[in-house]
Amino acid sequence: MNDTIISVKNLKKTYGKQTVLNALNFDVERGSIFALLGENGAGKTTTVRILSTLIQADGGTATIAGYDTSRDASSIKKVISLTGQYAAVDELLTGEENLMMMGRLNHLKGEVVKERTADLLEQFDLIDAAKKRAQFYSGGMRRRLDIAIGLLADPEVIFLDEPTTGLDPRSRRNMWKLIKRLADNGVTIFLTTQYLEEADQLADKIAIINNGKIVEEGTAEELKRIIGEEKLVFEFRNSASFNTAQNLLEGQINDNDMSISITTDGTTEHLRQLLNAFYEHRIEPESVKFRKPTLDDVFMDITSRSGKGAMIND
Amino acid sequence: MTESKWYWSILDGWTMSRRSFKHLFRNPESLFLSFGLPVILMLLFVYIFGGAIQTGTDYVNYVVPGVIIVCVGYASSMTAMSVTQDMVGGLFERFRSMPILPSSLMVGHVIGSFARNMIGTALVLLAAILIGFRPSAGLQEWLGVIGILSLFLFSISWLSVVFGLLAKSVESASAFTFLIMFLPYVSSAFVPTDTMPAWLHAFAENQPMTPLIETLRGLLIGTEIGNNHWVTIVWFGGLLIISFVVATMIFKRRKSE
Repeated sequence: MNDTIISVKNLKKTYGKQTVLNALNFDVERGSIFALLGENGAGKTTTVRILSTLIQADGGTATIAGYDTSRDASSIKKVISLTGQYAAVDELLTGEENLMMMGRLNHLKGEVVKERTADLLEQFDLIDAAKKRAQFYSGGMRRRLDIAIGLLADPEVIFLDEPTTGLDPRSRRNMWKLIKRLADNGVTIFLTTQYLEEADQLADKIAIINNGKIVEEGTAEELKRIIGEEKLVFEFRNSASFNTAQNLLEGQINDNDMSISITTDGTTEHLRQLLNAFYEHRIEPESVKFRKPTLDDVFMDITSRSGKGAMIND
Repeated sequence: MTESKWYWSILDGWTMSRRSFKHLFRNPESLFLSFGLPVILMLLFVYIFGGAIQTGTDYVNYVVPGVIIVCVGYASSMTAMSVTQDMVGGLFERFRSMPILPSSLMVGHVIGSFARNMIGTALVLLAAILIGFRPSAGLQEWLGVIGILSLFLFSISWLSVVFGLLAKSVESASAFTFLIMFLPYVSSAFVPTDTMPAWLHAFAENQPMTPLIETLRGLLIGTEIGNNHWVTIVWFGGLLIISFVVATMIFKRRKSE
């Protein structure tokens, strides 16, 4: 069941002297949710813009459903839909009018436009707001309308560029449900996000992009495994102990709550070694607890390969 | 798709024009600029400035073309601003990811701007007639007025689209159109140019608004036109072609960046 719909090989893009994409490689399977995870400026939006034919790459190839993005833009436009970072809805038109207008521009037949509009308003929970102007919509409603517009023409691939940035937690969860439902209907979803939890929740496959390169790729589970199965977290109350411990141990240091996370194999032997070491150096941790690895761990580890003891700022 | 390309671009342009009309009636500011301001300016010029300005004819007869042109200038800022809004708001981006000609977006703005200004012009004429404007134009002259005005409106609308595409923010789009608003004042729109200082007189006589106004005035109330209509057609025909070409070029450039 290996059916690749998006294939990116050696993709390059530079703006002036700045290299934005430095030989990007990845494949996306048909019907899956693929998340491109990275910080601001890592190259996520540039990748989406190249794949949706808005800009040309400087090198390498990208194909969607067999069409080349640089040579066959018009064929690609028929199978994709793009929802950018800013909800591109017409503020002065109602939700219904927005859908009708974009339906006509998608060259659907009159009755199909009406039918699809009614369907999508219902599917996206916008029936009550259908006759209201988009300028009075909340952030979450605008995003929903935006994505609904993207679905008018039954695309095979949907690009969602940071679909939950700026949304409150409740709207974010609703958006996640919605994205999962879309994927259940067989659409391929390519999403970018800077939220690790989002990629963890949604994606079948995650690619982590940093400085224009894919630095790691796999399922959420695979990425977590790279870091180890479990973490031990020591929390400190006095900064003298905290500082001594930092010099003694290799782990993730969190200055904000004075804690250090250490990868563990989960054995009592490892725990005893650590506690003995603390005792010898007169370090007194406040508390200790186990926790499962999160994607934050993966991310911190990968994006700062050079340094031991990456900093977590949150 | 290729054989029906023209069919679809006309239909898409129409869809976008309908959107512009909806916008017009939902935005109080543009409603005022399009329909309220023309009438107010008409009354203002005739009743406040008119008594003090000697033009050799009833001032209301003299000033009608000027008021029409000045209103078009004000309205052009709306066109430019709504184009910029579509650029910064992401709508333009979405169009470019869809299998349609993005130029239908521009066509919608131009048609919307044209219709808005035509209605505004009709209101100016109506108000003028109510306060004593008595045009001498026959059918032929009226057709001439419509023709010259259409050329003017289309060229200014495309120019506003260019300004809208160049501007980085909605505010700066409106600043771009200041020139269009300002030019009519330094022309024969409101006062005969020979009352101006020599250097200004030279500018006023040789800028595009003066021949335009003289042509419209001649057609409406029978003053001397001379070769002003040809000068007008060259100015605004040229502006129309240049604005159209430049707007299209900006589109292409944005694509390749």
